[in-house]
Amino acid sequence: MINMRRTAAVARTEFIHVLRDWRSLFLAIAIPMVLILLFGYALTLDLRNVPTVIWDQSRTGESRQLVSLFDGSPYFSIKGFHEGYAPLQREIDAGKAMVALVIPGDFAEKIRSGVTVTIQVIVDGSDATTSRLAASYTRGVGLIYNRKIAVASLRPAASGHLTEGAVKLVPRVWYNADMRSQNMILPGIVAIVMMVIAAMLTSVTVAREWETGTMEQLISTPIRGHELIFGKVIPYFVIGMIDVAIAVSLGEWLFHVPLRGNPALLFAMAALFLTGALFLGMTLSITLKSQVLANQIAIVAGFLPTLILSGFVFAIENMPPLLQCLTYIVPARYFIAIMRGIYMKGIGLEILWLNALLLFVYAVILILAANRRLKLRLE
Amino acid sequence: MLTRLKRMLVKEFLQMMRDPRMRMVVFGLPVIQMLVMAFALTTDVNRVKIAVLDRDRTPASRELLSSFTGGNYFQIVHRVQSMDEMTRLLDQGTVRAGIQIPSGFAGDIRAGRPAQVQLIADGTDSNTTAIILGYADGIVADFNGRLQGHRTGAVPVEMAIRAWFNLNQESRLYYVPALIGLMLLIFSLMLTSIGIVREKEIGTIEQVMVTPIRKMEFILGKTIPYVITGYITMTLMFILAILVFDVRIHGSILLLYGLTGIYLCGNLGLALLVSASASTQQQALLTAFFIIMPCVLLSGFMFPIHNMPKVVQYVTWVNPMRWYLEILRGVVIKGVGIKVLWPAAAAQLTLAVGFLFLASKRFRKTLS
Repeated sequence: MINMRRTAAVARTEFIHVLRDWRSLFLAIAIPMVLILLFGYALTLDLRNVPTVIWDQSRTGESRQLVSLFDGSPYFSIKGFHEGYAPLQREIDAGKAMVALVIPGDFAEKIRSGVTVTIQVIVDGSDATTSRLAASYTRGVGLIYNRKIAVASLRPAASGHLTEGAVKLVPRVWYNADMRSQNMILPGIVAIVMMVIAAMLTSVTVAREWETGTMEQLISTPIRGHELIFGKVIPYFVIGMIDVAIAVSLGEWLFHVPLRGNPALLFAMAALFLTGALFLGMTLSITLKSQVLANQIAIVAGFLPTLILSGFVFAIENMPPLLQCLTYIVPARYFIAIMRGIYMKGIGLEILWLNALLLFVYAVILILAANRRLKLRLE
Repeated sequence: MLTRLKRMLVKEFLQMMRDPRMRMVVFGLPVIQMLVMAFALTTDVNRVKIAVLDRDRTPASRELLSSFTGGNYFQIVHRVQSMDEMTRLLDQGTVRAGIQIPSGFAGDIRAGRPAQVQLIADGTDSNTTAIILGYADGIVADFNGRLQGHRTGAVPVEMAIRAWFNLNQESRLYYVPALIGLMLLIFSLMLTSIGIVREKEIGTIEQVMVTPIRKMEFILGKTIPYVITGYITMTLMFILAILVFDVRIHGSILLLYGLTGIYLCGNLGLALLVSASASTQQQALLTAFFIIMPCVLLSGFMFPIHNMPKVVQYVTWVNPMRWYLEILRGVVIKGVGIKVLWPAAAAQLTLAVGFLFLASKRFRKTLS
C-alpha cells in the first residue's frame, strides 16, 4: 500500500531540508538541552530562603532564641530587623521580603509566666503558593519553639504530658523520599520537549509547501498523500527521539534522577507519544495551510495544555472538576503519568496499560485525521 | 512620511484581519486560554484522596480518622484490608496518601504509651506532598490537644498568620494577571517575527522594498498593529479577569497601560531581532520559542525567583517578563504605585530601548 521508495524520497528531501538549515536543527537540539539545564539547576519548587524581616519589640534572650530558630531554618533567610509597621510594609510592598514577623514587647514575660503569646506573621499573599508554604513553615518553627520551651522549662510534669499518651505521626514519603522537585519535573520535561519539537516543527512542513508554491510540483508527481505524510514525519521522529535520549541521559548523569523502571519501556512509550504529537502538527499544517496559523494553534493546542493541564507542575486533582474532565483529552496527561510511573515508582504496563492504550488511540486518530485531510489537488 | 506609514498600517491590518481564522487566533485564543488556564493554575490543595488501613478498629482509631476527614483537607476513598492493597492504590495513583493505624493503637493511648500512626505519602508531586504532610501534622497535633485536654497548660507561642493582599491566599489572584503577561509575550513575539519572515520567505518583501517606503516606516508599520492588538488582547483579558475571576485592579489603570506599552515595545524589539536573523518561518518560530521558554521559566511565573541560584537571579534581570510580572503583581494585587515600582519600570524601559536599538541596527543591515 505504501510505496517505500516514494516515501523514502520525501523523507530524504525533508532530511536535507532539516540538515541544510543547520540553525533549525541546532535549535531543535538546543531547546531541550537548555530546558533541562534550567530545570536541573535553576528552577525548583522546593521553598528555601524565603526573605524575612523582623520587628522584635521584646529584644530579650527569649525572643532572640525564637529569631535564631528562623535564622537556622533553611526555609527562611533574615533580611533585616526593623522598627514599626511602616518599614515592614515598605519591604513587603517592594517585594524585598515575603514574610514579616512581629514579636510583641511582652514576649519574654508571657513565656516566663506560661501565658500564650501571639506572634504576628505577615506573609505576602500576592504569590499564594509561596505564601502558603511559608505560612506552614512558620507554624512549624512555632511548634519547634514550643517543644523547646516545654522541654527546657523545669516542669517535668508538663513536658511529660506532652509526649505521654500522645499520638505520634510517622510520615513516610514513597517514590521520592527527600521530596526533590527535580525528580518529579524531569520526567515531565521529556513530554514538554517532545510536544514543542514535534508539534511545532511539523506544523510548518506541509503549510510551507503550500505557501512557497512547491506543493503544485509535488502534486504533479505520482506520490500519494500518505506517502508524503509519512515521508515528512520520519526526519522529525528521528530528531524527537534524539531529544528524548538527550533528556534521559542528562537526567541520569547530570542530575541523578533515579530511573527505577524499564528504560526500553520508557523509550517505547516516548515513541508512541511522539507519534501522536508529530501527527497533531501534521494535521494542523495540512488543514490550515498557513505556517503562522498552524504554529500558533500548535502552541495553544499542544504546548500550553502540555505545560499546564497535564499535571506537570499543577496537580490535576487540585483543579476544579470541570477542568479535570478536560484534562482527559490532553495526551500529555497520560504520558506524564507513564513517565512518572516508570521513573519514580518503577512500575510497568501491568498498571500503566490503560494510559498506554489511550496514547495509542490518540496517535491512531491523528494519523487517520492527517491522511483524511490531505488532498493532493489544486484548488 | 505619515501617509506612507498610514498606507503600510492599513495594509498590515488588512492582511492580519482578512483571514477569519487569524482574527480567532489574535482575539479568541487568549480569551479561551485564559478561561481554561486560570482554573487550572491552582496550587490550593484540598480534599486529598487517601486510603486507610485501620488494624485497630476501635472508637479511638475511628475518632482519629474522622478528624482527618473533618476539615476539607482529606477524603477517605478506600478502606483497605492489607498493605498490598494500599501499595497498589498508591502505585496506580488512585490515592495520594495512605494512613495505617496499627492494632493496639487504642490500648497504647489508654496505657499512656506513645501510639504510632503511619502516614505514607506519594512523593511524585513534591509540593503537594509537603502541603499534605503539613496538614497531617496539624490534624494530629489537634487530636493530641483534645486528647490531653486540660492536662497541659497553655501553648507557649501561637502564630497568627495574616496574608496581605490576598487574605485567603488564593493562587488564582496571582496567576490570572501573570497569564496576561505570558500571553502578551507569546503573541507579540511569535506573531510579529513570523509575520515579517513570512514576507521574506514568500518573496513579497522585495515588493515592499521597491516602494518608496523607508526602513523606519517599514519597521513601525510592521510593529504598530501588534502593539494595538496587544492592547486589545490585554484589555479583553482584564475584563475577563474582573468579571469571571473577581480580580480587582487595586492600583492605577493608567500606570498599568503605560507600563504594558513599554513591555509590548520591548517584545516587539525582540521580535524584530528574531526576524532580522531568520530566513524561514520555521527558523523564526524556533528562535522565538528559544527566547520565550527561558523568559517564562525565569520570570517567577511558576518558579519563585528567590529560590534560584544567585547567578541565575542576575540573569533574570534581562528578562522583560520578570519585570512585567513584578509590575502586574504590584499594580493589580498590591495596589502600589510608581514610587515602589520604579526599579522594575526603569529596568523594563532600559530593556525595551536596548532591544529596539539593536533591532534597528540589525535590520538596516539585512535590508540593504
